[in-house]
This record gives sequence, structure tokens and C-alpha cells, in this order.
Amino acid sequence: MDSLHDYKIKLLEEKAIKIREDIIKMLVSAGSGHSAGPLGMADVFTALYFHALNHDPKKPNWPERDRVVLSCGHIAPVLYATLAHAGYFPVSELKTLRKFGSRLQGHPHRGSLPGVETTSGPLGSGLSQAIGMGLAAKLNHERHKIYCVMSDGEQQEGNIWEAVMFAGKHKLHNVIAIMDRNNIQIDGLTENVMPLEPIAKKYESFNWNVLQVDGHNFEQIIFAIAEARAIVEKPTMIICHTIPGKGVSFMEGDFLWHGKPPKPEEAKIALNELRTLEGKIKSEHD
Amino acid sequence: MLKKETNLNSKIFDEDVLQKPTRDGYGDGIILAGEEDKNVVVLTADLSDSTRTAEFAKKFPDRFFEVGIAEQNMATIASGLGISGKIPFISSYATFSPGRNWEQIRTTISYNDSNVKIAGHHAGISVGPDGATHQAIEDIATMRVMANMKVIVPCDSIEARKATVASAKIWGPVYLRFAREKTPIMTTEDTPFIPGKAEVFWESKKPEVLIIGAGPILHNALLAAKILEKEKIGVMVLNCHTIKPLDKKIAQLADKIGAVVTVEEHQVLGGLGGAVAELLAKTNPVPMEFIGMQDTFGESGEPAELIKKYKMAPVDIVSAVKRALKRK
Repeated sequence: MDSLHDYKIKLLEEKAIKIREDIIKMLVSAGSGHSAGPLGMADVFTALYFHALNHDPKKPNWPERDRVVLSCGHIAPVLYATLAHAGYFPVSELKTLRKFGSRLQGHPHRGSLPGVETTSGPLGSGLSQAIGMGLAAKLNHERHKIYCVMSDGEQQEGNIWEAVMFAGKHKLHNVIAIMDRNNIQIDGLTENVMPLEPIAKKYESFNWNVLQVDGHNFEQIIFAIAEARAIVEKPTMIICHTIPGKGVSFMEGDFLWHGKPPKPEEAKIALNELRTLEGKIKSEHD
Repeated sequence: MLKKETNLNSKIFDEDVLQKPTRDGYGDGIILAGEEDKNVVVLTADLSDSTRTAEFAKKFPDRFFEVGIAEQNMATIASGLGISGKIPFISSYATFSPGRNWEQIRTTISYNDSNVKIAGHHAGISVGPDGATHQAIEDIATMRVMANMKVIVPCDSIEARKATVASAKIWGPVYLRFAREKTPIMTTEDTPFIPGKAEVFWESKKPEVLIIGAGPILHNALLAAKILEKEKIGVMVLNCHTIKPLDKKIAQLADKIGAVVTVEEHQVLGGLGGAVAELLAKTNPVPMEFIGMQDTFGESGEPAELIKKYKMAPVDIVSAVKRALKRK
């Protein structure tokens, strides 16, 4: 992992804005898909692919690469946009999202697109798959890490807690879970639909190491990942507190933007807001 | 008469024919597969003894994973192992796996094309006293319907061992179906077993009806053939252990013989009978009768009592053959 300088953080922030712009463009071109989650997780994905991961976009099947399992497959636009910006495939291909014949399936499918590690979409099954990859790495004495990106809503699935129990039992420290704690799901706020809190305590009681960060603060995200990589006693869950729709004022924090794309005129406003952000990103004002 | 070239057990019709459960063959098979390939790993969900995985666990403790009572987790962990170069065998009762974890198998194993072998144990109503909750009679249908999935139903413990070893060498998802009860050993080491290729077990001089069976219930089909022989009704009995992909030669045989009876310890909807009917509807439809569960659930009872009540006994197969004959 590179050392972290202010200029590096600035580069990451700029990259995240570019990724957000592409997310908006992809969604408006597709005419369907999810907006809030991908925008909310753009910073975390940028931190992973442009700083934390040990990977080589030119060799997507390199055996020693770190793996990213996207458990909440519906935020595929942020995975695709990040993979493209990282060099896994041309950025120009992003506009084919969800279209007939595209490698960018509505939800990620293994083998369809370089960099997609597994098939996902139906919620709650990513963590177990990451565990399977972690067990295989352990059996083979391989040192790579498996990151599992999960939504907060999918914590309501029973399969997750079966997996959480298993990873705790096996002290599976090569699995690092990252939760997008944006507090929304399709039918409303998570705490109204089916309360998750105290979510950190739940994981701790299942013998996990739990870290909590501001999911839009690169320094916090990166230090948490570094800490998770160093811990060998337990698996780690990094709860990233994010703002759904981050970067687009009229989407931020509104659960109605969970599962729909912007209309062309809304996309224009969104892109304008994101472009304006480029001139006043956080690190310049700290 | 029994087909010579198939080298069946010479004591197949004897009262004291050796009986073993097909799950024993699974237990032996995973050890052989594990010895052959170090990537073979085995998972169970709190049923290591009854799914016959305990010996594998003793022999290869590092390659055995106990997931607890969590079939969805077992399937999805296996998915991750399977796409990381391992060959996982997941082992539970068929009512739970592939029953409870069907969607996980669909998305993360089948669609994901992960190299996972799903062993469904205690399948069929012959699991007996446990009752309908534990009698898997839908599993062939629910696995067969998935793209990428192959389905194998061994007829005895020897074939079960061969099928288990063979499945480790077949790339991609495979469903293997096993039963709890001891059942007659019909095959020998010299009986051919090639996945996807049905074997003729009985062939009369002039077969008038083709009986197609899979699993231990095939023994009843052979007993029926013997009864029919005395009544001068010739049949051919086919062991159709691989239900998907289905052996296409069934179409030619059915065409030549002109009537079919399918025999399975499963719903008549969507299982072996369904698969054969789909094939014949496309080629040359012939009169068909279906032995199996007739769109109903089972109940508690001894296996023999249940087989009799739900009309899967040799006499029921004899009647079905006569019904099919009349419709020719």
C-alpha cells in the first residue's frame, strides 16, 4: 500500500467524482438501475481500486490478486465504472450497461466482464462466497485478501448471519467485509423497515473485529482497510457510514432514489453539480 | 432376461441379495475422489454421519467443513470454493439441500458455473418413518430445471460410488441423489457406468414396453420384468441414472418398442418421467405411463408400506406396463 499524502487524497477525490459522473451517464443511458447506492459507495470503491487492492487490471485472473465480492449486486454501476477507470476495460463501454449484448449485465455476472469475481444480485449470499474464497486461499497457503462489499439492508437476510457465525468460528481474517451503512432500502429507512441497530455490536458479539468510518473520508477508509489487513485474530467488518446519492443534492439521503435512474434533465443537473464539485473538493478546504 | 453384457449381480433376484444404502457409495466415493484430487473438499450441515461424510472428515480433516445447520451458507461457501479451484461436495438431506437453498444454488452455483457437487441424501419416500417433511420428492425436478446443472440418480451403492468419483471429474455443477435405506445391489464392478449413457439391464426377446427407471426403485422394475416374463410379456428395462443430460437413444428405443413406463421415487411431475416425455414429445410420442408420487405428499411408515400405498411396487409396474400396452 502506498503512503498517504494530501496530493494522493486529492487524486482519489477527483477520481471518485469522475466515477460518479460516469455512474450518472450510465444510468441515464440504461434507463433503469439503482442511483443512490452506487453514488454513495464511489469513494469506498475508489479507495479500494486506486489504493488498497493488490491487483493488476491487465491480468484480471492473476492468482495472487485481492478479490472483491460485490454482495449487493444492484450497485453494479459503481463496480463497473471503477473497474473501467482502473483499466479493466474501456470507459467507453460503460454506456452499454444493461443493454442487449453488453458485457455489463444488470447485475454482475462472473465471466461476463474482466474484474467481476462472482455472480450476485439476490441479496445475502456474497459473504459466504467470500468465505469460500477465503477458505480456498487458506488451503492453498495464499496470502491475498477477499473484500466483501455488502449493503446494510441485506443484513436482514438470514444467510448473512450463517456466514457471520462461520467466519467468526474460523477466525477467517483474510475476509474483510465492508458495509454500506446508508440507512435506506427500497421500502424506506432500514430502521423503519426492519431495524439493524446495534449493528456493530451484533458483529462484535459474533466474534468479529468491527471498525466504523465516514464512508466519504478517504483517510478513514484507507486506514481502516490497513488495520483490517493487519488483524489476524478475527475477520473484520468495516461499517462505512455513507450518504446515499452522495454528490447529487436532490438524491442525497432520499430512499426514493434507491432503485431508479435519473431522467435526462435530472442527469444534466446531477452532472453539473458533480463537475462543480471538482473545483471545491474537500482536501482543498481542510 | 437380464442383459449379459451389463454384468449385473448374479444374486439380483435372490431373497438374500446383498443390500446397502446408496449413501454408503457416496461415502466411499468422496474418499476415492479425495485421494485422487487434493482439490476435493467436503461440506456438511450437521449431518456428517447420515450423509456418510464422517470418514472423509477423519481422513482429510483440513478439507472437511462443518457449517452447522445452515444449508444456504453451505451452498454459498461451496460456490466461493468452487470458483477458487476447489471441487466441493455439499452434503445434506435433499429436502434441505437442494430444498432450502434452491436460490443460492441457482444464482451462486449454477448461473455462476461454480464447480460444486450437490449430494441430496434421504431422497424419496423410502426415508420412511420421518414422514413427508423429510421425504424429498421434488428434487430431481428442481435441479433438472436449472441451466448448467447435471442430474445423476444412482441405483445402488456401487453405482453411487462410481457416480460420485465420476462427478468430481465432470466440470461444473452436478446434483447427485442418494437414499437412506438399504437396497439391493444390482450392479457389479464390471457393470458399465458412463455419465449420460443409459444401460439396458433387462431385455426380452421381443420387448413390447420400455421401462425406464432411476435409483434403487429400479429393482422393482426388474422384479416386474420377471413377473411379466412369466406372463409372456416382453419388456426392456433401462437404467437411466443420468437424468440430465438425458441419453438421446431413449428416443430410438421408444420409437422401436412403442410404449414407455417410467419408474422413479419422485413426483411424476418434472422428474425422470417428465424428462422422457419432453424428449419423446419432440421425436416420436408413444403411449406413456408414469410410476411415482402422483402429485401428493408422503407420510410416515415403513418403506415397503409406503412403496405399496403409493403404487411403486412390482405389481404396480406390471399394471402400468399392461395399461401402456393397451394404448399401443
